[in-house]
Amino acid sequence: MTTTTFDAIARRSLALEARLEFLRLLRTPSFAVPALAFPVLFYLLFGVLLAKPGSAMRVAQYLMATYSVFGVMAPGLFGFGVGVATERDKGLLALRRALPMPPLNYVGGKLAMAMLFAAIIVTLLCITGATVGAVHLEVTQWLSLFVLMVFGALPFCALGLLIGSFVNGQAAPAVVNLIYLPMALLSGLWFPLNLLPLAIQKLAVLWPAWHLAQLGLAATGQGGEGSVAAHLLYLAVFTVAVGRWAARRLQREP
Amino acid sequence: MNTQTVAQLRGAGKQRGAIQALAEVDLTIAAGEVYALLGPNGAGKTTAISLLLGLLRPDAGEARLFGLPPQDLAARRRIGVMLQSAGLPDTLTVAELLAQVRSYYAQPRSLADVAALAGIEPLLGARYAQLSGGQQRRVQFALAICGRPELLFLDEPTVGMDTESREQFWRTIRELVAGGCAVVLTTHYLEEAEALAQRIGVLMLGRLVAEGSLDAIRARVGQRQIRCVSSLSAEQVRAWPLVQSVQREGERLHIVTPQPEPVLRELLAADAQLRDLEVQRAGLAEALQTITREAA
Repeated sequence: MTTTTFDAIARRSLALEARLEFLRLLRTPSFAVPALAFPVLFYLLFGVLLAKPGSAMRVAQYLMATYSVFGVMAPGLFGFGVGVATERDKGLLALRRALPMPPLNYVGGKLAMAMLFAAIIVTLLCITGATVGAVHLEVTQWLSLFVLMVFGALPFCALGLLIGSFVNGQAAPAVVNLIYLPMALLSGLWFPLNLLPLAIQKLAVLWPAWHLAQLGLAATGQGGEGSVAAHLLYLAVFTVAVGRWAARRLQREP
Repeated sequence: MNTQTVAQLRGAGKQRGAIQALAEVDLTIAAGEVYALLGPNGAGKTTAISLLLGLLRPDAGEARLFGLPPQDLAARRRIGVMLQSAGLPDTLTVAELLAQVRSYYAQPRSLADVAALAGIEPLLGARYAQLSGGQQRRVQFALAICGRPELLFLDEPTVGMDTESREQFWRTIRELVAGGCAVVLTTHYLEEAEALAQRIGVLMLGRLVAEGSLDAIRARVGQRQIRCVSSLSAEQVRAWPLVQSVQREGERLHIVTPQPEPVLRELLAADAQLRDLEVQRAGLAEALQTITREAA
């Protein structure tokens, strides 16, 4: 057994690694533009411009919570999924494992990147909601939505890591989209689930995005189904189980 | 294990799929030496390197780096690595890539030193994707040496380099070796092994079939080559005793023999006009051919 080293070198290195991973993705327009712009654009379109005034459900408030979920899914799914698949293909993962890269750096750097992107995306959505969406919340509600969504990126990092351990770099963007977009729809992120058939509503408990959305709705005072503790438990178990499965796959020999 | 040993395989075996990629390989790299691992494609060179780097674990026997398992970070902090294929992040600059790898080491070389050694000073601000293939190889080399390694792994380092870059690269390696760095090298270019290596190991179908100094490997082949310009026909010379093979290349004859002296006497006696006479010991290429033919 090798022990995990986390000494001064490893800590300094991890901070740099996180910064470079963020820069790498920020300079990749095919990632950065959709990840940063789409949630806000969709929210403006469907939550503000096309919302019927005086509708019973406050559309701008509902969609601010659910588009936050939609937004924070992307850095995990694409940053990890496409990133890991590509780096495995190109031999970069092997080089980094051969070099004395501290073992936590690889995943740690990407996690920090995903959470930073998530923070930016939620902030943009909250600013949009508070201004043009005319959403009014208590300070504690804003803060809990922010913290929830930054950590809410983690289950999708685990899922992305798992996808990256299965598929190659060519297939990864397609596979990620095939999981990302249907899950967003089936979790009620674009419109409430009661507009969809009952069977789809029943299935929703399977998707981590649905659980995070219920937590987001609860945090912004919009009820949400089920208990907060159950959603948190589901997301924690999902993250750990999927993350460990992915880690085991990646540690296997090529 | 003696303290002079920096890397070692002991009775190492490794199955890759249905193929025994490596079998009972014993290999020891001493501090400060350049060791070249040669052999045809699929001979097990990359598997051997992967075991030493801890990328693969042996099924049988063991791999050691500085007396430790290669997975141990303390051991890997003393090595530098350049792999055959490494697609580095396209959107990062050369300086950023160097900063990243330098951060893995306790006392890395300064950025300026690394850039000078690898000849990449003008490239530091460029993004990796903008570089030519040869420039990318030089950046990969810079990453390999930036941590002041005591042992450097170079897997096919000069593929894609032009002649000038290659010679510059060899000079740098010699400089590093003079400073006490050991090198494990795999290469397809035999002149590279001849230019750099003190010791050579020949892998064939996963087994180490020969090992020794450059001269010892060459001496495995008893043959000498005789070249001369002569009007004698190849058929005529082939009929002589002790002549193994004869080929004509234009006006030159190329004769291979285990014992050149009697053949030379006959040659000079038979052709008074004979000129441009050369006798050579077989090169590394011929030696490898013989060794791998015997082993097959």
